[in-house]
Amino acid sequence: MAVKSKKLNLKDKYQYLTRDMAWEPTYQKKKDIFPDEDFEGIKITDWSQWEDPFRLTMDAYWKYQAEKEKKLYAIFDAFAQNNGHQNISDARYVNALKLFLTGVSPLEHAAFQGYAKVGRQFSGAGARVACQMQAIDELRHSQTQQHAMSHYNKHFNGLHDAAYMHDRVWFLSVPKSFFDDARSAGPFEFLTAISFSFEYVLTNLLFVPFMSGAAYNGDMATVTFGFSAQSDEARHMTLGLEVIKFILEQHEDNVPIVQRWIDKWFWRGFRLLSLVSMMMDYMLPNKVMSWSEAWEVYYEQNGGALFKDLERYGIRPPKYQDVANDAKHHISHQLWGTFYQYSQATNFHTWIPGKDEMDWMSEKYPETFDKYYRPRYEHWAKEHAEGRRFYNNTLPQLCQVCQVPTLFTEMGEPTKLSHRQMKYEGERYHFCSEACCDIFKHEPEKYVQAWLPVHQIYQGNCEGGDVETVVQKYYHINIGEDNFEYVGSPDHKRWLSIKGKSSDDKTERAKRDAA
Amino acid sequence: MSVNALYDYKFEPRDKVENFNGMQLLYVLWPNHLMFCSPFALLVKPDMTFGTMVEEILKPATAPHPDAAKADFLGAQWLLNDEPFTPDVNASLKDNGIDHKSMLTVTTPGLNGLAGAGF
Ligand SMILES: [Fe+2]
Ligand SMILES: [Fe+2]
Ligand SMILES: [Zn+2]
Repeated sequence: MAVKSKKLNLKDKYQYLTRDMAWEPTYQKKKDIFPDEDFEGIKITDWSQWEDPFRLTMDAYWKYQAEKEKKLYAIFDAFAQNNGHQNISDARYVNALKLFLTGVSPLEHAAFQGYAKVGRQFSGAGARVACQMQAIDELRHSQTQQHAMSHYNKHFNGLHDAAYMHDRVWFLSVPKSFFDDARSAGPFEFLTAISFSFEYVLTNLLFVPFMSGAAYNGDMATVTFGFSAQSDEARHMTLGLEVIKFILEQHEDNVPIVQRWIDKWFWRGFRLLSLVSMMMDYMLPNKVMSWSEAWEVYYEQNGGALFKDLERYGIRPPKYQDVANDAKHHISHQLWGTFYQYSQATNFHTWIPGKDEMDWMSEKYPETFDKYYRPRYEHWAKEHAEGRRFYNNTLPQLCQVCQVPTLFTEMGEPTKLSHRQMKYEGERYHFCSEACCDIFKHEPEKYVQAWLPVHQIYQGNCEGGDVETVVQKYYHINIGEDNFEYVGSPDHKRWLSIKGKSSDDKTERAKRDAA
Repeated sequence: MSVNALYDYKFEPRDKVENFNGMQLLYVLWPNHLMFCSPFALLVKPDMTFGTMVEEILKPATAPHPDAAKADFLGAQWLLNDEPFTPDVNASLKDNGIDHKSMLTVTTPGLNGLAGAGF
């Protein structure tokens, strides 16, 4: 007769799951089992020092996630049945979702792949388990985001081919190349890049604006996704901090290596978040807080305290953070102006902010908005009113590293474009900033291969020589539906008819709903 | 410095001139006219004259700006890759020393964009 075994407490369970899953190999060399662990120069003397503050076991993990999933999908169903999309603040809001679905959700999937890969590469079992769990979380985030937004795809344009667009569309090479850079690095750099620099230092600047933005704008599907991912994110952030402290405590030789990674990944993350800055200030009809306020709270204050704490390891704040701090007064406006003029090649719409919105920006950006940016919108609004909606018909120069068009200005000189150029092995390269140029100089072989969308079009690799063909055939952007100005777009007309403000669109909508 | 890698890490630059089917890339910046968010990226024939480039490519690209009609680009101040440069209008880009992925900066004195904002 079987004897009922003694129930294990959580701590024991965790011990069995992690440490006891690891053993000293006898007939294979450790180096052959974990071949990627040393080449970055990081020295680990004692893996048993790894602390996992969550001690989550796999069975508890599955149970907990399954509960969350059940609730989440119940809300998605209710949202769809009640036509939840009709209750959002304004259809302009959906453009933030288009950016999220094409720019961010594929990164969740890339994160899944990245963690699954590095979760195999550490000889320390605690780190392997933490990475494997995060891999599953990230896969789940990618899937649940797609489900949360799929309802909008039935009613609005530009959401139909997100993963395909992510690999091709010009501005999506910014997030894509960011993650490709991290995933093609070694396992310790990957964790410093994604777990620490992105998840711990910068993630609040992505997550808070999107999830609070959804709440402020009546998007209950996305809000619910946010709640469901929150406990995962808390775990990811904790891992990020644990990783950095663990590496730094293991050996003093690790400090300069980690410092360089922090410098690089802070800057790459900051450039990536410039897309979020314009989303916050311009794409949310009901504003949560301004980008500059978010940067002050989440980077200058929280990040400031963090780097103070890391000082004792010999770590200083990221190089060029002064440039990033100064840029908080500008980047959202500079990015929106860029997308405004290249809307013919985007899967979302752009528009001139309304009067109330511009007044809000004057208040939030007292030193810069009225002086440098309001005049732009006034000029473009006048042009539009006279039948000349401004589009830039010439392709932009892109930065070799961050792949954002070279659109930023010099610190303290808001009318002077920031640009750097250098020659490497006979070829010329162009950069948006000293910081991106520094990143290149450190690993030129990596960035000489950059797949820059503008150059790819000019090489004839994007199914056509003219923008229209590229946009339609290569990007799968439906011309006249997904792209161009918001005012007068099919989305705009559909929204007016939902709100009963115009009936001329009813037949079109009936046709669409019947299809 | 070089990449820390598990193997000999060496790749061809993706944007070598031979990948552009006989053409080359040229960037042009018009300072104080940030209405065009970045320098223009242009695909040009190396044997096109400098004057033709200005007439047929730069002028149409800048046309939406109110300053464009007043701009005397040929008589303006030019930089080639950040160095002072006097273009020979009738010579080809190549003979002007403008190689693949070069950047021209053209300053038009008196024209400083709209609203005193370099726009
Ligand atoms: Fe995630
Ligand atoms: Fe995460
Ligand atoms: Zn850059």
